[in-house]
Amino acid sequence: MATRDTDWDGVRLHVVTGKGGTGKTTVAGALALALATDGRRVLLMEVEGRQGIAQLFDVPPLPYAERRIAVGPGTDAHPGGDVFALVADPESALIEYLQMFYGLRHAGSALAKLGVMDFATTIAPGLRDVLLTGKAAEAVRRKDGSRGRTYDAVVMDAPPTGRIGRFLNVSAEVSDLARVGPIRGHADTVQQVIRSPETVVHFVTLLEEMPVQETLDGIAELRTLGGIRPGAVIVNMTRPLALPSRQLQAAAAGKLDQAQLAIGLKSAGLDDSHGLAGALAAELAEQARTTLGQEEQQQRLDTAGQPCYRLPWVSGGIDLAGLYRLAWALREQKAA
Amino acid sequence: MTGRPSPQLDVDRLIDDRRTRIIVCCGSGGVGKTTIAAAIGLRAAEHGRHVVVLTVDPARRLAQSMGLTSLDNTPRLVQGIKAGPRQAANDAEPAGSLHAMMLDMKRTFDEIVEAHADPDRAAQILANPFYQSLSSSFAGTQEYMAMEKLGQLRRADEWDLIVVDTPPSRSALDFLDAPQRLARFLDGKLLRLLTAPAKVGGRAYLRALNAGFGMVTGVLTKILGTQVLRDVQTFVSALDTMFGGFRERADYTYQLLRAPGTAFLVVAAPEEDALREASYFVERLDTERMPLAGLILNRVQQVPAAHLSAARSLAAAEVLQASLAGNTQPGHAVRGHPGTGHAGADDDAPARQLTIAALQLHADRMTQAAAERRIAGGFTAAHPLVPVAEIPAQAEDVHDLEGLRRIGQSFGSD
Repeated sequence: MATRDTDWDGVRLHVVTGKGGTGKTTVAGALALALATDGRRVLLMEVEGRQGIAQLFDVPPLPYAERRIAVGPGTDAHPGGDVFALVADPESALIEYLQMFYGLRHAGSALAKLGVMDFATTIAPGLRDVLLTGKAAEAVRRKDGSRGRTYDAVVMDAPPTGRIGRFLNVSAEVSDLARVGPIRGHADTVQQVIRSPETVVHFVTLLEEMPVQETLDGIAELRTLGGIRPGAVIVNMTRPLALPSRQLQAAAAGKLDQAQLAIGLKSAGLDDSHGLAGALAAELAEQARTTLGQEEQQQRLDTAGQPCYRLPWVSGGIDLAGLYRLAWALREQKAA
Repeated sequence: MTGRPSPQLDVDRLIDDRRTRIIVCCGSGGVGKTTIAAAIGLRAAEHGRHVVVLTVDPARRLAQSMGLTSLDNTPRLVQGIKAGPRQAANDAEPAGSLHAMMLDMKRTFDEIVEAHADPDRAAQILANPFYQSLSSSFAGTQEYMAMEKLGQLRRADEWDLIVVDTPPSRSALDFLDAPQRLARFLDGKLLRLLTAPAKVGGRAYLRALNAGFGMVTGVLTKILGTQVLRDVQTFVSALDTMFGGFRERADYTYQLLRAPGTAFLVVAAPEEDALREASYFVERLDTERMPLAGLILNRVQQVPAAHLSAARSLAAAEVLQASLAGNTQPGHAVRGHPGTGHAGADDDAPARQLTIAALQLHADRMTQAAAERRIAGGFTAAHPLVPVAEIPAQAEDVHDLEGLRRIGQSFGSD
C-alpha cells in the first residue's frame, strides 16, 4: 500500500462536529470518501438517528448494520477504496453489547421493552453516549483474521459542537457515576480509544460569528479535557469574491465606481437601461461586506492554531457529484 | 414558487393582536431562530407590547446587540426601545418594553426542587450525582425546563407577550416530545421497579420479584453494578415524593401551548434539511391541534438584478474574459487614470475585471435563488395553506438593535 503524506497519518477515528447548519454531515461524508483511497476501508458512522448519510448518498434509509454505500474517488495510480455506513442507535448498541459481552440476547430486548433506554437517556445520559462512542471504539479496534484491522479509518458524524465535549468525555462522566462495576470497565476501554493519538476531532464551521465562536469554544473545551485531540478546522461553503482588496473595501463601503461597471457591461454587450449597473453594484456591495466579515472570522479561527481547510460553496445544493468534489478538495489540502 | 402562491404570513398582525400572549419560535438548529425571536420581541415592543423574550441559546453577540453584557435566568430590561408608528399617532397609548432572558436549565430545575421539597430532602436531592447529571446534561431537561419557565412567566403575568425560542434540538420535534418523555420516565414502570426496594423494603420487593423483573434487575446489576443501582434508587425515591404530579405538570404546559393566545412560528432556512424538519413540525402541530401561525423562511437570497438570468450573466462574463485575454499582456496591470480622456482597450481592463466579478457573483446568486425557490416550493406545495413570510439574507451578522429592527421590517407593510 502506498505511503501517504497527509496531515492525519496514523489517525483512525475522525470525529466530525460542527454547529447546526454548517454542513457537518456533508463534510463527514466527503471526508470518508477522501479517506477511501488505495483500497482502504472506511466506516462512516451516524449517531443521531437522522438518516443524514442515506440522504447524502441518496440511498434508502440505513439499518443498524454496516453496509457498503460508496467507492472513494480513484485515479490510475491510486485506486479508490470502500466506504461503509452504519447508523448507530443506543438501543441497538445496548442489545448488541449485552449479547457480545454477556451472551444476553433476550434480556436486551426485554430491557428495551421495559423502557430501559428511556431510563438510560434520562437518568444517566452518559450511558447513551457511552454506548455510541463505545460502538465507534469497537469498530476502530475490530480485527478480522485475514487483513488485520477491519477498517482503516472510522469517520463519525458526531453531535453538534455545543455537546461534543460532553459526548466524548462521557465515559469519564459515567466513571464519576459508576465508581466500580462492569459499566465502569467498559467506559474506561472506550476512553482509551477516544484519548489515544489515533483519534482527532474536526470542527466544521462557516465564517460567521456564531459557528466560529462555537468552534473556538469547542476547541478550548477539548483542551481542558486532557487527551482528547482537536483536529482540523474545516471551513465549509466558502465563496471568495475575486476582487482586489482596494475594490473590496470600496464595494463594502458602497463607494464602488458604477461608471466602471457600466463600461464593462457595455463591452460585454449588455444593455444597462434597467439600472443593471446599479443593481449589480448593490449585489457586489453586499457580498463585499460579507467577505470582509468572513476575513475577520478567518483571523479569529487562525488563533486556534489548528490546521484549516476550506471547502467551496457548491451552487444549487449538494448532490453526489458535489460530494466527490468536496472529497477531492479535502485530498488536495492533505486532509486525507 | 411553484404552483399556487402561499398566503402571506402577517407577523405584524399577530403581534398587534393583544390576544396573542405567547409566540413559540421553533425549527431545527442553525436557522436563525434566536435572532428571529429577538427581532419579533423588539418589533412587538416597538408596537407597544410589553414583551419578554426567553432564549435558550447562549448567543453572546445577540445579548450584546440588545445592549446586555450577558443574559441570565432573570429577565433584563433592554434599553433603546423606540416608540413605533402607533404610539406616534396616539400619545395616549403607553410605549412598550422589552425584557430578555436566557434559560439556566440547572438553576430552574434546582428552584423546582427547592420549592417542592423540604430543605433536608432538597439538599439530599441536589447533592445526588444522578440529580446533577440529570439536571445539567440530559437534552430533554432543557426542553422541559424551557416549558417550565414559560409556565412561570405566564403565571407571573408581568408581560403581555412572551416570545420563546426553543432549544437547539437535533430535531424540532424534541421540544414537544422531551417533556413528555421525562414525565413518562418519572412515573414509568421501570422507575417503580427501581424504587420498590427502597420504599417498601426487602420482603415486599422479593414478593414483587416475578421472573421478568428479576431478570431486569439482574441485568441492571450486571451492567451498572450494585453501588450505582443503589445511588439510582436513592435518587429516584427522593424525586418520587416530590414529583408525584410530574406528568400533570407536563400536561399543563402542553395545555398552555394549545390554549388560545398561543401561536407557533416555524422558522426554517431555504435548505432541504431545515424545510424537511419544518414539514414534520407543521404536520405534528396539526396532529396535536396546536395553533400554527405560519412559516418564517429566513435568510432568503435577494437578487437586485433579477432580470438578468444566470446564463446570460455567465455568457457576458465569458465575453469579457475573452476580450481581456486578447488585449492585455501578462503582468501588465493597467491602473485606471480617470480623466485622461483616453478610453483605450487597456484602460478598460479594470472595468472589465470588476464587471466579470460582478457577473460571476450575480450568476451564483441567481442559481442559489433558483435552488432556494425550488426547495421552498416543495414545502409550499405540500402545505399550501400555511402562511409564509420571507426574511432576506443579511450581509452581516446582527450586531445591534438596528440590525434586529431591520429584520423586523420584513414582518410588516411599513
